[in-house]
Amino acid sequence: MTTSLALGPAPDVRLARINPVAQLAAMTLVTLVVLTSLDVVTPAVVVAAELCLLPAAGLTRAGDLWRRTWPLLFGATSVGVVNVVLSPDAALVTGLGLGLRVIGLALPGVLLVASTDPVRLADALTIHCRVPTRVAYGALAALRLVPLLTAEFESIRLARRTRGVEGRTPVAAVRLLAGVGFALLVGALRRGSRLATAMDARGFDSGIARTNARGSALHARDAVFVVGTALVCAAGITLSVVLGTWAPIFVG
Amino acid sequence: MGRARGSGEVPVRVVARGFGVRHASRRAWALSGVDLVVEPGERILLTGASGAGKSTLLAALAGILDPQNAELTGELTVDGGPPQTGRNRLGMLAQDPDSHLVMSRAGDDVAFGLENAGFPTAAIWPRVDEALAAVGFPYGRDRPTQALSGGEKQRLVLAGALARGPGLLLLDEPTAQLDPAGAALVRAAVARSTADRRATVLVVDHDAAPWLPLVDRVVEVVPGGLVEHPPGWRPVDRTAGLRLPPGADGPVLLAAEGAGYTYRGSPRAALAPVTARVTGGRALAVTGPNGAGKSTLALLLAGLRAPSTGRVHASDALADGVRRHVREPHRWRAGELVSRIGTVFQQPEQQFLTGRLRDELALGPLRSGEHAAAARATADELLERLGLVPFAEANPYTLSGGQQRRLSVATALATSPRVLVLDEPTFGQDAATWREVVTLLAEQRSRGCGLAVVTHDVDLLDVLADDRLAL
Repeated sequence: MTTSLALGPAPDVRLARINPVAQLAAMTLVTLVVLTSLDVVTPAVVVAAELCLLPAAGLTRAGDLWRRTWPLLFGATSVGVVNVVLSPDAALVTGLGLGLRVIGLALPGVLLVASTDPVRLADALTIHCRVPTRVAYGALAALRLVPLLTAEFESIRLARRTRGVEGRTPVAAVRLLAGVGFALLVGALRRGSRLATAMDARGFDSGIARTNARGSALHARDAVFVVGTALVCAAGITLSVVLGTWAPIFVG
Repeated sequence: MGRARGSGEVPVRVVARGFGVRHASRRAWALSGVDLVVEPGERILLTGASGAGKSTLLAALAGILDPQNAELTGELTVDGGPPQTGRNRLGMLAQDPDSHLVMSRAGDDVAFGLENAGFPTAAIWPRVDEALAAVGFPYGRDRPTQALSGGEKQRLVLAGALARGPGLLLLDEPTAQLDPAGAALVRAAVARSTADRRATVLVVDHDAAPWLPLVDRVVEVVPGGLVEHPPGWRPVDRTAGLRLPPGADGPVLLAAEGAGYTYRGSPRAALAPVTARVTGGRALAVTGPNGAGKSTLALLLAGLRAPSTGRVHASDALADGVRRHVREPHRWRAGELVSRIGTVFQQPEQQFLTGRLRDELALGPLRSGEHAAAARATADELLERLGLVPFAEANPYTLSGGQQRRLSVATALATSPRVLVLDEPTFGQDAATWREVVTLLAEQRSRGCGLAVVTHDVDLLDVLADDRLAL
């Protein structure tokens, strides 16, 4: 859990060379296409293309991949199975299509998280999308505290044990969890307000136009990436139309 | 007084006249009658007893006192204006560097303040490098902040403050959470980076001695005002005249044999296997640099974690009465543990469970099966002993750092355990409370209690340690 949340600088992978904003644009495109296609061919083509990008995001080891995608695979399988079993006119292909849609929608997120340094994302969002700096960098600062929070949770639980409090029975366990959760919340609020004060003391959001030391440049390769995504989507739809399976959501 | 170079790097002048602060919901003034003039470029040490209001004064100077929660009186100005207006001329360092770091890479964090001030991009990185060099930061800009030790983090926070060319630098016990080596490096960084007198510096620390070579004047915060100490003043040695009851010779109560610990998923052991004995009537001191595993060893001895290698086991005498004669403390029930091994954590707040001091002290005895009346009597006696009677009805969270520390020691003593495991018990204590805590521990020792103390405190080692274990 800690590793997937860890906010250390992201590993240097090929996909990281694509500006996060371009990745988000491509993601939006894919979301629109997959959401509106109810067939099996379009999501299949999109998912195939996404799988090709896994190595570029550094997700080559089966273990890493599994760790990041098991909830997704579980969800996709459930959606497929439930639809096949419960739907009155159940067809295996419908279930497969729905499962593939879930994967097609979520995989870009997995790729983005695996390849993007949150700092670069915040830089790109504030520079290219005019996201307020207070939101973007505030979130970054908060995210930095997440690993500390997990350590603190453990430490508060142990501290309760030293006072003779633990959760041996289910009722005691719930009470303990509630107590630890509350203490954690209090601690997080205090630390959060100290951090906010510290950020203010460093002139954050003081009305002066903020500069960005790292910058966030858009290159030709970013345009190529978005256009490439559009082409893959178009190819999926075309293939689906040719095969006669295309079923967009708007057309009854 | 050095002349300022560059823009906005002129040291500020601080003036306080009859200044006082009262926190909401408190009857007493946290700070009153403060008269002080700090000339531009001066370096001042504010010292004083725990809870005297040192940090409150610093917060007021930083302009970060919430006006809804604090009533102010008198006058306090920074360069003639209210402190709030001077915020962008301010650099701050506090006890906990983690609540001052914003970015995940060292260089980005130093750059953060410069970006906020609207520095042109091209000018930022040279300035970042200059600030990192000024504090002796040993790594490059790309170093993840998570991978830094406490002292390194603190120096990084200092670099972040200096990069902006502050006119006023406020340091609130910046070395309190560091080992002696780390603390010395931070002080050296402060001395070197402020030698050009481009900033007015105020340091708050109850432990005055280490700062004396670095500051021009020492001002002590006392009830009702400030006292300025003459040049050449030295703090009273807190061990002077201290008479502690001697230890006793008791049996081994708790032993670690080849006990080590590795966190799940971590490639490196947090604690390499060690062998240690906690003996009745003796104090075992565990020392070593930050990151050597001292606190981890304390957790193993306290029965809070199971060793991943080796074992920790209690003697028959200590384990007497435990269900099924389990010898490993980590397998004991919490109710069994609390009356046998008392533990004091580094962060006292984490151990507080109730809303009143009196309840807090009675909790342990109640949990270990004492009657309510007896538990209340124990609580009252401890409140008296530790000078916490005026706060009996207060919420533990509202106490000052030093008071919280005393309370956490008292809660561990409340169940009269035969073994006490303490992680930095004297941390953040002024001289008077330091003597109280040390005396209290020595009394426990002389009545046959076995102590295991993790500490950086050289004075504590001198007066209390019978056995030493250096990790």
